[in-house]
Amino acid sequence: MRGAAAHLLLALALAALVALVQRALSPYAVTLLSLVLMQVALAVSLQVTNGLTGLFSLGHPAFMTVGAYVSAILTYPVRRKGFMMPDLPPVLAESEWALVPAVLVAALAAALLALVVGLSVLRLKGHYLAVATLGLIIVVRTLVNNLDGYTRGGLGLSGVPRLTDPWTVYAFVVLVWYLCWRIKHSSYGRAMMAMRENELAARSTGVDVLALQLFAFVFGAAVAGAAGALTVHLVSVVTPGAYGIPLAFTLVVMVVIGGQGSLTGAALAAVLVALASEALRPLEESLELYGLSQALVAVALLLMLRFRPQGLFGSREPGLLVGGSNLGGSSSACPSPARTTPRAVSAGTAPSTPDAPRS
Amino acid sequence: MSAYLLQQLLNGLMLGSLYALVAIGFSLIYSILRLINFAHGDLLMVGAFAALAAAALGGPWWAVVAIVVASGALAGIAVERVAIRPLRGMPQVTGFIATLAVSVAIENLALILFTGQPRTFPVPELLRGQLELGPVRATRVDLVIILSTWLLLLVLLVVVRWSRFGRAMRALADNLLAARLVGVDVDRTILFAFALGSAFAAYAGLLWGARFGQVDPLMGFAPGLKAFVACVLGGVGSLAGAVLGGYLLGLAEVLFVGLLPPAYSGLRDAFVFAALILLLLFLPNGLLGRPEEERA
Repeated sequence: MRGAAAHLLLALALAALVALVQRALSPYAVTLLSLVLMQVALAVSLQVTNGLTGLFSLGHPAFMTVGAYVSAILTYPVRRKGFMMPDLPPVLAESEWALVPAVLVAALAAALLALVVGLSVLRLKGHYLAVATLGLIIVVRTLVNNLDGYTRGGLGLSGVPRLTDPWTVYAFVVLVWYLCWRIKHSSYGRAMMAMRENELAARSTGVDVLALQLFAFVFGAAVAGAAGALTVHLVSVVTPGAYGIPLAFTLVVMVVIGGQGSLTGAALAAVLVALASEALRPLEESLELYGLSQALVAVALLLMLRFRPQGLFGSREPGLLVGGSNLGGSSSACPSPARTTPRAVSAGTAPSTPDAPRS
Repeated sequence: MSAYLLQQLLNGLMLGSLYALVAIGFSLIYSILRLINFAHGDLLMVGAFAALAAAALGGPWWAVVAIVVASGALAGIAVERVAIRPLRGMPQVTGFIATLAVSVAIENLALILFTGQPRTFPVPELLRGQLELGPVRATRVDLVIILSTWLLLLVLLVVVRWSRFGRAMRALADNLLAARLVGVDVDRTILFAFALGSAFAAYAGLLWGARFGQVDPLMGFAPGLKAFVACVLGGVGSLAGAVLGGYLLGLAEVLFVGLLPPAYSGLRDAFVFAALILLLLFLPNGLLGRPEEERA
C-alpha cells in the first residue's frame, strides 16, 4: 500500500502547488506552470513510446499539431467559422463542440495517424522510425500550411476558445502519469522492457514485438494529440510550426536525461529542462545569442550520453513510489529478461488483463 | 519531348546531383556503422558558410573549393571524435540521439555566430551566365553541379574500389569484427569515412549556395533528411543505391512541382516524406539494397 499512498500524497502536493501558484503568483507563473506540467505529461508518455520499448520516435510534435488543429476546428465559435475556415463541410461548420469530446477526437485522430505510420514503419528494424517521424513532422506542417481553407495556413488559428485552465492540465498530467505507471508495471510493460533489452530473446519467449511497439507508439501519439488539443485551449492560438523539430529534440533529451524507461526520471528532467530553458531565455535575449539554450541542452545531452548513459534513474523508479512489495527489491522496477516470468512475457500474444496493481 | 519537359529534366538532374552528393556520405557512414547521422545535412551548411568566408577572403576559385572541402572533412572528423567514437559499442539508439544532439549543437552554434538571417551567397563571375543547349537553357552553375558531381562520383568509385582505404571500408561494411581480426585499422577507417562523406556534403553546400543564392544556419536540415530518403529509395547502405536514389528523388521532386498545377507546389516536402513512408511500406529494401540479415 505504501506506493499508492505515496502517489496520492504526490498528487495532493502537486494540487497544493497549483493552488498556491494560482493564488499567490502572477498570471505568467500560472501559464509557466501549466506549460511545464504539459511538458511533464509529454515526456512521461514519450517514456512509454521510446524509453520502455527502445524505439526512437520523434513524432510527438506532429501528433500535437494534429490534435491542436482538430480540437481548435471542432470547438471554434460557429459565427466566425465561415470567415476563418471557409472550406469546412457543413456538418463541421455548423457545430461547436465541448472540450472533452473535442479533445477525445483530437487524441483519436493522432492515434489513427500513428497507426498508419506505425504499420508501415515498425515492421522494419528500429532506425527507420526516427527519420519517418521526423518526416511526419514536416508532412503535417506542410499540409496544415497548405490547407488554408481549414486551418488559415501560415497565419495560424487565433481566437481559439480558452476552455482549459491549470486545473485541466493538472488533471491531464495525473491521468497520463497513472496510465503510464500502470502500463509500465503491467505484464505489457515488462514485455516491452524485455524486448528493449534483447528483442530476439523476448520474441523467442512469445512476446509479440510488433503489437507491443505499435501499442506504445499509438498510445504516445494519443497522449500527444490530447496534449496539443489542451494546449491550444490554454494559449488560444496555434500555428503550423508551433510544435516542431526543436520540441521533438527537447522531449528526447528529457527521456534520455531521466533515464530510458523511468517515468519519475522523465518527469524530473522535464521540469529541469523546461525551467532551465525558461531561465536562460532572458540571458539569450539580452546577449542576443539566440540558440544558446538549445546549444547548451545539446551539449549537456552529449555529456550525459558519454558519462552517464543510463540517465538519472536508469529504468527505475524511486522506492517510495514503487512500494514495498515490488518484485525483487525496493527500488528496481527493471526486470532483466532472465527475470521476467513466463506469464509476463506471454501477455503480448494473449491479451489478458494487466496485472493487479502492485502496490 | 517538349522543351518544357527537357528543361524540367535538367533541373531534376541538377537537384538530383546535389542530393546524390549528400546521400553518398550518409550511405558511407551508414554502411560501416549502421548509424543514421542526423548531423550529416548540417555539414552542408558548414560547407556553405566556409565558402562564404573563403570568398570574403578573396582567393582564386580552386582555393575556395579546397577550403570548403577541407573544412567539411575537418568538421566530419570532429563529429566522429567528439560524439561517435566515445559512444561506439553502446546501443544503436544512443548513436542516433548523439548525432541528433550534434546536429542541434551545430545549428544553434551557427545561429549564435551568424544569426538566423539568410545571407546572400556571392556567386562568382565564373559561374554566372546561361548557355543555350538546343531547346533548353542551362545556367553555368547547373552544368558545374552536374559535371563536377559526376567527376566526384568517379573519384569515389576509384577510391572505394581500388585504394587501401576503400578496401578497408568495404571490409568494415561487410563485417566489422572480422575486419578488425584480419588487421584493418577500424578507428582510422571510420574516421576516413566520416572525413570523406563530410567533405562531399560540404562541397554540396558550396554548390547549393551558388545555385540558390543564399545560405542560413538551418539550410542543411531539409537536404540532410532528403538525402536519407534518397538512401532508402536506392537501398540503405548501398553507394550505387544512394546515387540512384538521389537522382530519382531530385527528378521526382522537380517533376512533382513542374507537372502539377501550381497550387500543389507548396506540398513538395510533404510529397517527399509521404513518399518515404509509402516506400518503407512497399519497398523497404529500396531498389538496390539487400535485406539486412538478422544477427542474434
